[in-house]
Amino acid sequence: MGLLSDPNRRRALISLLTRLNTPICIVCYMAGVAWFMGLAFEPFTLRTYMSENAMGSTMVEERFPAGERALATGREFSAHKKRTGGMPVEWLMKTMQAKGLEVFTQRFSRTLPFPDENKERYMVRGTNVYGILRAPRAPRTEALVLSAPCSPGDNNNQAVGLLLGLAEYFRNQIYWAKDIIFLVNEHDLIGMQAWLEGYHHTNTTGTFCHSRGGSIQAALSLELSSDIITSLDLVLEGLNGQLPNLDLANLFYAFCQKIGVLCTIQGKLQRNDWDSVSGYSHAVQTMMLMVMKQASGRPWGDHGLFLRYHIEAATIKGVNSFRQYKTDATTIGRLLEGMYRKLNNLLERLHQSYFFYLMPSLSHFVSIGYYMPAFGLLAVILLLRALDLWVQLSTPPQRTEDGVTDIEPVRGVLSLLTPLVISHLTGVALYMLPIRFQEMAVEHFPVSETEAVVLTAIAVYTAGLALPHNTHRLLSGEGTEQGWRVLKLVAVLYLAVLLGCTALINFSLGFILALTLVPVAAFVTPHVPKVLSAFILVILSPACTLLFSVFFFQELQEMPISFQDGWLLFLSVISQGILDHSLYGSLVYPLITLLVYPCWLLFWNILFWN
Amino acid sequence: CVGINLRYRFHVSLLCKLVSCFGDRAGQFFSSGHTNNWAVLVCTSRFWFNYRHVANTLSVYRSVKRLGIPDSHIVLMLADDMACNHRNPKPATVFSHKNMELNVYGDDVEVDYRGYEVTVENFLRILTGRLPPSTPRSKRLLSDDRSNILIYLTGHGGNGFLKFQDSEEISNVELADAFEQMWQKRRYNELLFIIDTCQGASMYERFYSPNLMALASSQVGEDSLSHQPDLAIGVHLMDRYTFYLLEFLEDIHPASKTNMNDLFKVCPKSQCVSTPGHRTDLFLRDPGSVLITDFFGSVRKVELTMETINLTDPIDAESGELQKEMHTYADQLPVSEIIHQKPKQKDWHPPDGFILGLWTLILLVFFQTYGVKHLKHIF
Repeated sequence: MGLLSDPNRRRALISLLTRLNTPICIVCYMAGVAWFMGLAFEPFTLRTYMSENAMGSTMVEERFPAGERALATGREFSAHKKRTGGMPVEWLMKTMQAKGLEVFTQRFSRTLPFPDENKERYMVRGTNVYGILRAPRAPRTEALVLSAPCSPGDNNNQAVGLLLGLAEYFRNQIYWAKDIIFLVNEHDLIGMQAWLEGYHHTNTTGTFCHSRGGSIQAALSLELSSDIITSLDLVLEGLNGQLPNLDLANLFYAFCQKIGVLCTIQGKLQRNDWDSVSGYSHAVQTMMLMVMKQASGRPWGDHGLFLRYHIEAATIKGVNSFRQYKTDATTIGRLLEGMYRKLNNLLERLHQSYFFYLMPSLSHFVSIGYYMPAFGLLAVILLLRALDLWVQLSTPPQRTEDGVTDIEPVRGVLSLLTPLVISHLTGVALYMLPIRFQEMAVEHFPVSETEAVVLTAIAVYTAGLALPHNTHRLLSGEGTEQGWRVLKLVAVLYLAVLLGCTALINFSLGFILALTLVPVAAFVTPHVPKVLSAFILVILSPACTLLFSVFFFQELQEMPISFQDGWLLFLSVISQGILDHSLYGSLVYPLITLLVYPCWLLFWNILFWN
Repeated sequence: CVGINLRYRFHVSLLCKLVSCFGDRAGQFFSSGHTNNWAVLVCTSRFWFNYRHVANTLSVYRSVKRLGIPDSHIVLMLADDMACNHRNPKPATVFSHKNMELNVYGDDVEVDYRGYEVTVENFLRILTGRLPPSTPRSKRLLSDDRSNILIYLTGHGGNGFLKFQDSEEISNVELADAFEQMWQKRRYNELLFIIDTCQGASMYERFYSPNLMALASSQVGEDSLSHQPDLAIGVHLMDRYTFYLLEFLEDIHPASKTNMNDLFKVCPKSQCVSTPGHRTDLFLRDPGSVLITDFFGSVRKVELTMETINLTDPIDAESGELQKEMHTYADQLPVSEIIHQKPKQKDWHPPDGFILGLWTLILLVFFQTYGVKHLKHIF
């Protein structure tokens, strides 16, 4: 007989499963964490390489000459920006037209659901200016985008200057096979979102872009705030943790090496001593920074919004720190020229290299096939627990129980449905109430709108903790042994499916949630010591995970902050999450409030079953 | 008088030597056996990063044209247009040296098959001559049994196949069969086949027709490498084998006496990294006696002579050694057939229904006479 159909063997397997369940779970958890940490160890990673044949190697001659003139244009731009107090639209249009581009503007206006205290804006009104360089001999079917944000103050002037300088240089070349769109967007991400929606005709309100250049194949966003830079930083993480094709990062790295510019990722320079402890911890730090940024689900540069339209995009930041070797604007212009000439050779969208990867350094990467088992090991714990519960549920109850056991199945469903519905209703409340009732909160309490929203969210979250004690009053009688097991089985499977789907889309978010929620799901029963486990459950809840992540993120960036500042940062992170969701469609906030929080509440419910 | 005799005899012997010398030269004059030259030059890959294959083919085209084969006798097939590609920083040119020394596109290029017309089917139809009647002359290989044909293929290949246009392949078996068809239809006198792809030697492994000589840029299991990138254009300009072949051919002029053994030495392993190969077992003449211009040029041999040569000995038909075969070759342009099509005479048969009815009647009569009970024995 087969392994699973032989009753003897089956019983043996099942008894093995139930006896060794906890040890196996602990071993799996340790193995999952160890696997994840081992991903940054250099012998386990692969060197990056160019996968796209059409792009080839860095076989171009870069001849951009006008770095100084670009900086002068940047200074002019800054002067006009100060004079108009915003985006100098007429000056930009005139300059771009003088360089031979077809110039268009796009007006947009957005009202945020509540004022954004970080950037001090509530009702945003702005203009995007974009100039299209038409390819001299090609049909207008494909385009590349180079963008620089128009930021208030002294930021990013050199980026706009370099953009205009490159536009003038590119206009004189005849080898462009795609149109190139030079975009200066106002109010960074909001402007970029408006432009993308207008370009692709996806918004129902707002203005459409008058003129297009075909489907965009790739985009680069520039952030340059000083005349002289020492290194270039590459930012890849986009909205909802989406990453551009690895070939774009490979292209950037290849050109950095050819031209001899220092290039970093996550602001960290690459080290060669992977076998030493400090070298390994450096790689771990870089990878953890990427994981944290990807898990937050927010776009970390203007490029982040392009990825949703299947346009490969990255942001290049110029960093001026204290190093000996300095690079001037002409060299950066040459690097960008080289990258654009190579992107020009593309025949189809970038698709040959990986879309899901982690980078412990700019020259090494870990692909999805290597990092997924870390998550898989954590998910296996949930499945083992579910199997264990299933076995417990299907063994017949002991004779010592009274006749209550006969009516179990009927009441089991009802006692199962009630916590589910109530948890999800709490989740919905957490999702909708903060924004809905901010006016009411502002009326009654002396707080600003942003604070009102965030504090309402925290209040609803904490109120949810009181639920189990109240719902049980609704039910007739106490919870039973069968009942909590069924509920836990459903909750564990629900969590497994939820985390699995999240990890597929945004591995970092799924993994971090799994790290904290899987132990919760595994050990919680009504019989563990209540106070201690309640404390642990709250520590491992999504909100506290977020709080600890904030502190951890600051530590990784080598800017540790005090508890007060950390708490304020935590509050602003919550408000940013809500804003990102309503402005750009980030999915982290609805995921946490509508799905993860109710799931966690179910476990809270089980803890207080009796 | 002895002196005069001696002088006379000297003159006679000198004259005899001259005659025999002319006789030798005359023999050599008619030794190769071909009267016209054709070339079929094919580039099978498209896309901008395969610039070098077009440059390869155009380099050979240039050499072949320079050595005398006219456009009417060249079938040039280019799968993509590099000269007018949007990414070409020097439009209307295809360069084969770095620093843009040699523009092989020129201003008198005649491309016969361009773009998507370069397919396996069209290539095989050119070779075998089975083209639809509406095909123009410039797209036909109108060779006969006294033609020497040069066939040059380049592109991406593998063990036993050559890739056309990124969508189909021609195998070495098909190619060998096509050459056999050409031989049976007497469409060539001698054929030189050059291929510059990865694992090119596999393409001539299966040849079995006589009078074929083949050269390849690499053996089975080896890759043919490209020669040099050009930073201004941004692509590799040529493949190594064809680069050195071009260099070799630049030294050939119509009166060169260089022979095939020198061609086999082109691009040794030190320069080419891959090992070029060649195959001469099917070729009837000794490769050392085959001139390069027999295939690459269209040489009209002209010998000026002030003397008269007395061809007094006719070629003896009674010797019986040379049995002449009467060859007929297939009509390339079956114009007469198309113009004068008459309906064919068919023999007259009685209509089918009539025969069927007749037999049914016979059977019915039979069964009526001898009784229905016999029916069950039959059916």
